[in-house]
Amino acid sequence: MATIPVDDLEITRAFGPHLSASIRGPASGEPDKLVKTHCCFCGQQCGIQLKVRNNEVIGFEPWEEFPFNRGMLCPKGVKRYLQGSHPDRLLTAVRRDPAAPGGFRAMPYAEAIALAAREIARLQKEHGPGAVGVLGGASLTTEKTYLLGKFARVCLKTPYIDYNGRLCMVSAGAANKKAFGIDRTTNPWSDMVGTEVIWVAGSNVAECSPITTNYIWQAREMGAKVIVQDPRITPVARTCDLYLPVKPGRDAALFAGVLQIMIEKGWVDRDFIDAHTVGFDKVEEYCAQWTPARTAEVTGVPERSLRAAAEMWGTAKSSFLFHARGIEHHSNGVQNSLGTINLVLASGRIGKPKCGYGTIVGQANGQGGREHGQKCDQLPGWRDISNPEHRKYIASVWGVEEASIPGPGVDAYEMFRKIDAGEIKGLISICFNPKISLPDNEFIARALEKLEFYVAIDFFLNDSARHADLILPGSLQEEDEGTVTQVEGRVIKINEAVQCPGEAKRDWVIIQDLAAALGRPHGFTFGSAREIFEELRVASKGGVADYSGITYEKIEQQMGVFWPCYSHDPETGAPTPDHPGTPRLFEPGSYNPVAKGAGPFYFPDGRARFNVADYRAPVDDASEDYPLFLTTGRVVSQFLSGTQTRRIGPLVKQYPEPRIEMHPRLAEKLGIADKEWATCETRRGEITLRAMVVTTIRPDTVFVPYHWPGDKSANRLTVAAQDPISKIPQYKVCGCRVRKAAGPPPYAATHEAQQ
Amino acid sequence: MPVPAHLEFFIDPSRCIGCQACVQACSECDTHRGESMIHLEYVDRSSSVQTVPVVCMHCEQPTCAEVCPADAIKRTADGVVQSARKPRCIACGNCVVACPFGVPELYLDQQIMMKCDMCYDRSSAGKRPMCTTVCPSQALFFGTREQILALRPQSTPVNRFRFGDQTITTRVSMMAPKGVARDVIVDVVAAMDERARGRTVRLPVLGADAADPFADVEV
Repeated sequence: MATIPVDDLEITRAFGPHLSASIRGPASGEPDKLVKTHCCFCGQQCGIQLKVRNNEVIGFEPWEEFPFNRGMLCPKGVKRYLQGSHPDRLLTAVRRDPAAPGGFRAMPYAEAIALAAREIARLQKEHGPGAVGVLGGASLTTEKTYLLGKFARVCLKTPYIDYNGRLCMVSAGAANKKAFGIDRTTNPWSDMVGTEVIWVAGSNVAECSPITTNYIWQAREMGAKVIVQDPRITPVARTCDLYLPVKPGRDAALFAGVLQIMIEKGWVDRDFIDAHTVGFDKVEEYCAQWTPARTAEVTGVPERSLRAAAEMWGTAKSSFLFHARGIEHHSNGVQNSLGTINLVLASGRIGKPKCGYGTIVGQANGQGGREHGQKCDQLPGWRDISNPEHRKYIASVWGVEEASIPGPGVDAYEMFRKIDAGEIKGLISICFNPKISLPDNEFIARALEKLEFYVAIDFFLNDSARHADLILPGSLQEEDEGTVTQVEGRVIKINEAVQCPGEAKRDWVIIQDLAAALGRPHGFTFGSAREIFEELRVASKGGVADYSGITYEKIEQQMGVFWPCYSHDPETGAPTPDHPGTPRLFEPGSYNPVAKGAGPFYFPDGRARFNVADYRAPVDDASEDYPLFLTTGRVVSQFLSGTQTRRIGPLVKQYPEPRIEMHPRLAEKLGIADKEWATCETRRGEITLRAMVVTTIRPDTVFVPYHWPGDKSANRLTVAAQDPISKIPQYKVCGCRVRKAAGPPPYAATHEAQQ
Repeated sequence: MPVPAHLEFFIDPSRCIGCQACVQACSECDTHRGESMIHLEYVDRSSSVQTVPVVCMHCEQPTCAEVCPADAIKRTADGVVQSARKPRCIACGNCVVACPFGVPELYLDQQIMMKCDMCYDRSSAGKRPMCTTVCPSQALFFGTREQILALRPQSTPVNRFRFGDQTITTRVSMMAPKGVARDVIVDVVAAMDERARGRTVRLPVLGADAADPFADVEV
């Protein structure tokens, strides 16, 4: 029974989002202690010190010694402390009850665990282990993601586990795997300063990863040229040296067109290509069709700019290229990502100081969260669940029969199709808010309604959990310790600042309590996050993402450790307790356990792979009926589905509600003025928001940020088309039409801005 | 402890990304009563994402203090112009009207003018002001002149400004580009055209043919 228990607005009135009560005044007083930790939001994972008094986080103090951000923070980091002691915080388990105010009533924790275990056991007994699915998230610590993967495979024995990184990092990850055999940014960000060219492909750095801005600006001070590829003039694009106003969904064509000019002009490094790569001939053959004229026509970027990009990139001696969701959130996302890698490999500028390639992770643990087994096809250490050797090793670490570990499951969206089809009947979710964050989310809401039993673990009642039968009170990031791996591949330590309030529990404790209540506690008796990490080290040993040499102490001493970090030398097997980690990948002469000395890349022959990065038009592209491109993304003061940031008053005030960004040429044609209500419609649905008329967006494109629920949710509009390899949804483009609205939408009279 | 003379405040608007980390952090400073003293505005959001952060310039001869009828605004010996003193300020707003940089703000509910005091509680205790510490683009920078010259070879700190007949010297410097200012892109349409077009900013506040505002300033 997973329909929402009472009217949605009634749930909102009871459980929020309300705004944080405490706006800090001068009387906040002296803290008892300062706790060095990291921000709970994006993948930059800025170091921060939390001020704590009486088991409450009361403010922050910059942590200027942490090398990545040296005290710098974005507005989310500055105000993140306001999520603690929040009036909306779930202090007990709550159970669906249409008779209770707000539709949920408090329930003692032990009873809640027993109820969850009873229902899970019932569904699995009646319909088999695969009747229950698990959804995780990439904002969890690596310890939690490891435990969750193990819980699904060992305790529940279900193949159905996946995570919200499916909406985030999988295109980049799949491309990295195909091209390099390892999935990590190649260089520390400090390598950016002193490079000649920086290419930013589909990344609104200023809003989505603000701290990276200073690295770009500092590189520019030292002479770097900056190329920005985006349908919008983002703050970093405003002063860049070359702006490529690409039409949404045309990135692979752009990369092929630029590479073709480089090939014609001889601006490729044939020596490097011959010595360290395979497959360039096929790429060369493919690119030939991408003449500047055709590329310009397809991408909307003028030929002069394509030529300028090819010259800037092709003739540089050092360079850094990074990309983010702008090119990855496509049904062609893996190909787009491979297109950037081809540009990097053709230039030969990788594996050296000042020569890097990277993908900017979106979530706190966007990197670590994709390495240790909460992905449907993966086991810890970036191992493959279909590989017999990998299965055997992990089975030995877990103390189970190899045959008892299920095979690969399906991606998160496919899990909802299985829920819709009645195959998955029970769901355990943590750190995932699919009703806001998945595309075509009216379908997701309908699927949630079909669940027989849905238990969510969360600290606030998020929009998806309104469909739950039971919500177990989980922990905020500052209420637990553990590791995450940030954008550079640096493993860092989250420290506990306060203890969980009320009956709330650390998430890993809840998972173990479920295992115990299910009568299968084997492997779920850890006493601390540190104990989980110690097992994770062993489980990752010998995998590509090898954490075996990392300890909590080493992280603290070195202010982070870049994986791979080996406890034993992979070449000689000798113990290497002082292994410092690997800040820069693919350095000449470097040894890795896959190539075994044959070369720097993670394939048996040590060579990187060129892949033909084929352009395909987007699914549900702009058409006669839906003539405009809709693209979606973030704003700087909000994070993901807003479960936390839509509850923090000053962040809501900064950007209260979503707007539809459009160019004045388009606005004039549609008769819409700035701030007027406009309706955006796609084949899935429509939403009405205020217009924001700006010259900083392509006239054929509109932009809507996605952090809001219900009638303000951009994902009512987006299409559930997915990349065939990575299964990432195509959030960044679909056909739409826009019209002037007759008047304000109903929600304007009933809902506060953040609701 | 005074703010050491060798530590200076530099503003580089060309770096600003409008994220408002400074605004959010300013209100966290212990002496700011939960208010932000920073003005961060879009120049004209309809035609550009450009934003300008404004903090107190801490003038050598502060106009705000000179026009204050109640003598509520003090400049300490270390060159920091303090916020209005509570017992003296009569909330008349003279300083608000007179400041050439538009910095002071009147808080009617608290009957006081408040403005940026360079986070005096922090900067006089050996810390950097909150905004300069958190600023993710380092458009706001606090450090020595040697540091800024080494880090920013493409621009020059300027701390003398002329308003009509008045020349003002400030403790805070603006970073002005050396040579020609960097082109900025304000309309996507210009970048979509096959024919390259001028990309120079043409915003109402600073016409392309306007004289260089720093032309007569000795640096």
